[in-house]
Amino acid sequence: MRRSRLNGVLWGILGVLAAVAVWEGYKAIGPAEGVVVGDIVILPRTTDIAMPHTWDVLARLFEPVTRAAGADVLWWAVLQAAAFSLGIAALGWLLGVISGLALALLMQRWVTAESAVLPWVVLSQTVPLIAIAPLVRRWGSEIEIGSFQWENWMSVAVIASYLAFFPVAVSALRGLKSPPAADIDLFRAYAAGWWTTLLRLRLPSSVPYLLPALRLAAANAVVGTVVAEVSIGLGGGIGRMIIEFAATASGDPAKTYAPILGAVLIGLVSAGLVALIGMGLKRFRRAEVTA
Amino acid sequence: MKALAGTRTVLAPVALGVLALALWQALVVAFEIKPFLVPSPLGIGGAFVDTADHILDAAVQTGLNALIGLGIGAVTGILVAILANALRVLDRMLVPLVASLAVIPIVALAPIFYAMFGAAANTGRQLVAAVAVFVPMYLNTLQGLRQVEPVHRDLMRSYAATAEQVNRMLLLPGAVPYVLNGLKIGSSLAVISALIAEYFGGPANGLGIAITSSAAGSNYTVAWAYVLGAVLLGTLFYGVTAALEGWSRRRRRT
Amino acid sequence: MTDPRPAVRIASVDKIFRGRKGAEVHALSDVSLDVAPGEFVSLIGPSGCGKSTLMRLVADLDQLTAGEIEVFGKTPEQARKDQDYGIAFQQAGLLPWRTVRANIELPLEIHGVDARGRAARSDELLELIGLADFADHHPDQLSGGMKQRVAIARALAERPRLLLMDEPFGALDEITREHMQNELVALCKETGAAVIFVTHSIPEAVFLSDRVVVMSPRPGRIKDIVTLDFSARDEELREDSTFYDGVTAVRMLLHDGAADGARGVENR
Repeated sequence: MRRSRLNGVLWGILGVLAAVAVWEGYKAIGPAEGVVVGDIVILPRTTDIAMPHTWDVLARLFEPVTRAAGADVLWWAVLQAAAFSLGIAALGWLLGVISGLALALLMQRWVTAESAVLPWVVLSQTVPLIAIAPLVRRWGSEIEIGSFQWENWMSVAVIASYLAFFPVAVSALRGLKSPPAADIDLFRAYAAGWWTTLLRLRLPSSVPYLLPALRLAAANAVVGTVVAEVSIGLGGGIGRMIIEFAATASGDPAKTYAPILGAVLIGLVSAGLVALIGMGLKRFRRAEVTA
Repeated sequence: MKALAGTRTVLAPVALGVLALALWQALVVAFEIKPFLVPSPLGIGGAFVDTADHILDAAVQTGLNALIGLGIGAVTGILVAILANALRVLDRMLVPLVASLAVIPIVALAPIFYAMFGAAANTGRQLVAAVAVFVPMYLNTLQGLRQVEPVHRDLMRSYAATAEQVNRMLLLPGAVPYVLNGLKIGSSLAVISALIAEYFGGPANGLGIAITSSAAGSNYTVAWAYVLGAVLLGTLFYGVTAALEGWSRRRRRT
Repeated sequence: MTDPRPAVRIASVDKIFRGRKGAEVHALSDVSLDVAPGEFVSLIGPSGCGKSTLMRLVADLDQLTAGEIEVFGKTPEQARKDQDYGIAFQQAGLLPWRTVRANIELPLEIHGVDARGRAARSDELLELIGLADFADHHPDQLSGGMKQRVAIARALAERPRLLLMDEPFGALDEITREHMQNELVALCKETGAAVIFVTHSIPEAVFLSDRVVVMSPRPGRIKDIVTLDFSARDEELREDSTFYDGVTAVRMLLHDGAADGARGVENR
């Protein structure tokens, strides 16, 4: 068992190395202007600006962000930005999970609510709320209650939660409806009320459906956060850093990749955190259902 | 009973939608909310009709990027999944790469793609959509290929069927519902990704650019009209792929 | 019956399954059995006696640990590659996206029979199982008994001289089950194939078989073999005292001594 896991890790490392080899191999033999058919670039350019060496990207992490005196080393700056974005994403995830669960309960409780709301829930995902991020930003500046001032990072969290709630709502509903009729009949025979049935039957049996949804919600929250940072123009996080560094790409191409590695890191950390939740609920997941 | 259920599935969401729109309109009118906050639905509708030509142009551009990305991502996703299912080594090597792709915001790759393929072309946006589509396509197809019932596997073995025959007659037909589900998920991702990639640079056309530039020019009602265009585009992609999935499910009678 | 070779020769076979954590399950221990051409042999016994495993070894779906198996004088692997046997399982295992006809034609398609040859053979088989009117239906439109008939037609598609059947009627209701047994008797008479038939049901084994092999579990081995010599296998036999004698003989063997074994038998 342990051995096979070790094997998996080794193969995974081999896979990453193979990807690096393909990158460097193509860079070595590919034409500088890329493979062009007609006037469309089919395969990428291989200049150092388009495809820096992988080792340059790694080395760049250990140099200062800018030439200005006292500038942080790049990896530290990326890590700080990643932590900032991860915090917002976590808040968005939490909001999304709560609203998704609430919606699912509502839809499970009243059939009419399900048929009225579910189509809109599905439709909501074809609506890129991210697209209205520039508009959401405008709302924030209008909201001021007493000493409470709406800040841009709150808009980002709201957008992240909007992307996170969908998989939770849909999968939780499926999970809540998953107990077979025989189990429901059994609880009815016990004269158990809706709450008892919910706590003892429906919620436990929705766990296998919920865990993949929580994972998906985490990934969505991260995407939402990074993109909303860009479109709202919130500084301090990974999203803005990607744009800023991309602007200087021609002079310092390797630097562009640093915040992207940071984004990968946020994604992996968030997936890992959700996996920890899954460990805690282990006894409910005899069979996992994919979202 | 059946007729009642049918009415409910159609009428209830429509009623909710109409009610929400009416409430929105009433609130905007009653509290004299300024357009920069939220324009009224009627205002957005009016702007949509007025700028229909421009919205259509922008939607075609973004939709084309999304469609090309969907095609590339779907085909590579299916092919790589077939290979990974056949070669365990490849499957294991791909695990960390796919896991990374699944959790990173793929639109963050947009600046890199613009550098690789030129910021004046739409290729970067199409590739962002393609990579976004690849992930659910690959994972769903692989899952579908692995859903074989043991009895079917035994049967094919008892026929001494070749690997190619097992793929063609058993695994691929069995995976079709999963592939189509992946395509449905991918279709929404393709539109959103192609649209958001526009925020990260590239040529000045498409719905995303139009939304930001209208908002920047304080044409909020027009910006919302473009958002409506994006909604319709997303719904079109989702609707077509969902219909495809439903059609195949009815055909297969599973 | 001029071929002196047995259809299946099983000699001192052992099968040990090795679990993940080094746990071993001794599924079969020193099992020997010959099946003559055209002979109908049932394997019966409680769950875990290795009867399905034995059939799977003959089919080359699992590998034996020790001993030897020959199918028409060849290794099971060669026999599988030469398509010397047809096989049917408890689940019909029809491909849901194929019509009844296309399901029957599946093995022919895999072995490169052309479209005309396939159609001719599937016509014959559809006629044989009485489902000609359902040729273009999909499996989900069929009852359990009809599905199983299609699965048997599929097993017969390449005119095998050996049929391997793993509880093919196990999921059917009693009435359908008796009906299917009658049909199987007729099919066997017509095709002259040898049959290895795995079942849980004592009356089923007695009604169908020339010999009933009674097995016992942990480790799976052959306890005894009951030979039955009925002149005709029809509805009257089910009421006949010789039939009940056979049932009693098998039941005694199954119950004898092994209390845990007896509980595992369902007398359907």
